[in-house]
Amino acid sequence: MNKKRPSEILFDGFNVCFLVLFSVICFYPMYYVAVASLSNSSMFLAHRGLLLKPLGFSTNAYSMVFRNPMIVQGYLNTGFIIIVGVTLNLLMTALGAYVLSRNGVLLKNLIMKIIIFTMFFSGGLIPTYLLVRGIGLYNKIWALILPNAISTFNLIIMRTGFMAIPISLDESARIDGANDYRILFRIILPLSMPVIAVLLLYYSVAHWNSWFSAMIYLRERSLYPIQLILREILIANSTEAMLGDSSDVAQIGETVKYATIIVTTLPILFVYPFLQRHFIKGIMIGALKG
Amino acid sequence: MWCKVLLIDMIKDKRSQNRSKVNQNSDTYEKAFEAAIKFSRVVQNIKADFKKNKLIYSMALPVLCYYIIFHYAPLYGAIIAFKEYTPGRGIWDSPWVGFRQFTAFFNSYYFARVMKNTFLISVYELCFGFPAPIIFALMLNEVKNKYFKGTVQTIVYLPHFISLVVVCGLIKAFTDSNGIINDIIVLFGGTESSLLLNPALFKPIYVLSGVWQEIGWGAIIYLAALSAIDPQLYEAAKLDGAGRFKQVVHVTIPGIAPTVVILLIMRMGRMLNVGFEKIILLYNPAIYETSEVISSYVYKVGLQQFNWSFSTAVGLFNSVINFMLLILSNKISRLLNDVSLW
Repeated sequence: MNKKRPSEILFDGFNVCFLVLFSVICFYPMYYVAVASLSNSSMFLAHRGLLLKPLGFSTNAYSMVFRNPMIVQGYLNTGFIIIVGVTLNLLMTALGAYVLSRNGVLLKNLIMKIIIFTMFFSGGLIPTYLLVRGIGLYNKIWALILPNAISTFNLIIMRTGFMAIPISLDESARIDGANDYRILFRIILPLSMPVIAVLLLYYSVAHWNSWFSAMIYLRERSLYPIQLILREILIANSTEAMLGDSSDVAQIGETVKYATIIVTTLPILFVYPFLQRHFIKGIMIGALKG
Repeated sequence: MWCKVLLIDMIKDKRSQNRSKVNQNSDTYEKAFEAAIKFSRVVQNIKADFKKNKLIYSMALPVLCYYIIFHYAPLYGAIIAFKEYTPGRGIWDSPWVGFRQFTAFFNSYYFARVMKNTFLISVYELCFGFPAPIIFALMLNEVKNKYFKGTVQTIVYLPHFISLVVVCGLIKAFTDSNGIINDIIVLFGGTESSLLLNPALFKPIYVLSGVWQEIGWGAIIYLAALSAIDPQLYEAAKLDGAGRFKQVVHVTIPGIAPTVVILLIMRMGRMLNVGFEKIILLYNPAIYETSEVISSYVYKVGLQQFNWSFSTAVGLFNSVINFMLLILSNKISRLLNDVSLW
């Protein structure tokens, strides 16, 4: 029974080869970027074709990146947005999820409908933009935080998590005299840590990746989050943003670009294999909802 | 037969109506009285509910405020699609113009272009982006070595965690005339050119890079469905003499078919919902012709040319179509699978 037929060996062989090839395709671009960033810039510019190891070794590009005040500032801004934003996100989402997971609340279904509707129909880009300008958030970092205080999808994930907690727990707490706030913060939240972890990740990644709102709402460059700086360097090819004040050696540009990518992507890529489990859990909870 | 039954019913109805006319006056009083009682009961219920759940409602308040300010106020703002909005006059005081903005869009030169591009990109994503994770999950499922499987998974998830700006930066650098993709083309005897300046290549680049970024991540849900298949089914298939390939066709694929159908229907609901972020990061004037989609057009006309009302109308048109598609696909899903979004 355990003996493999030749056709099966062929089948497995093909399968494994294909998966390996595929992994290489997914991995190589990042590897190329890493190698390119460590290369000597003039040698790199003259080179054609694939790279397997750095061409000459130079960390010039990195010192260039770290000397760039815009990147440091961008990191700080993004850090602020993530810390303040995610705290607000989790607080608001927890409140909403608590309300929507209680029984015997008369207007619950109405509130649910009001919330769900926004998932499927929105006023659109321009009215939202006019609103944010209208309430005086233009050119303020809060324009990136307040309008995204709750993601409805995440709210539903948290609600699913809350509903999995046995109702008898909060009934007994109520008999002991705990009110709703106490129940939420002392009983429900400590018991929902796995869901909180998932949402912490989801919200952080969303803030980390976001660049468009920053582009339309912020005018002052000192407020720019890191992704918007990256956009200037990578997409608009602005050497001014790339090299900061020091305008020497334009030819180093190409490798500086790659070094910037590494500096802004590596932290996440290092952390993520350890967090993978939580992300996947989030997908599963979200899928159960249907 | 049917007609007869219906007719008899109608006649009966008429008769009872005639009879009730006599007592109509007292009836209406009674009904009004009942309604009043019902109403007062509802009010009482609400009062009692507010008293009992006042803390819960105090929690709901900030959440509702958020939704009203940041989701419903823009819905109100969307009425500028039917107006000629100028920032000086504000939303309410700008003059109404009816459907003029919409007809202007339908008659414009760009209408056919953005509709075609949006539709084609959706279709390509459906044809390539949708099956790719399924195939990948099926292949991965055939691997028995746990460590190999885990490593492949981790690597293939990797691109999902790279931010969109960086992904687009990579695409730009690699497709550049001295980028690595051109180096490979030259290696095989082609000539180098800047690929993102070629209008014919934008859609393939957009769709393939999307597949590259999301294939592993998209496979997660299928891998979960695959692991839920009863192993006894495979044993039974083996006893019946099915080889590996036959097992895939007759056990694995039917096993994940329900998941696939649900996700496909949900995907159909998002047809024509092509996001603008990746588009506006990648495109340039040389390829507007093949890369402009509805949402990126809204951005360009609204926030770069400050044509507020027109661009709101285009966005609203897109929202309405998306909403209708979603309702339609949800109906279909309910009919076929008994699964729906709401």
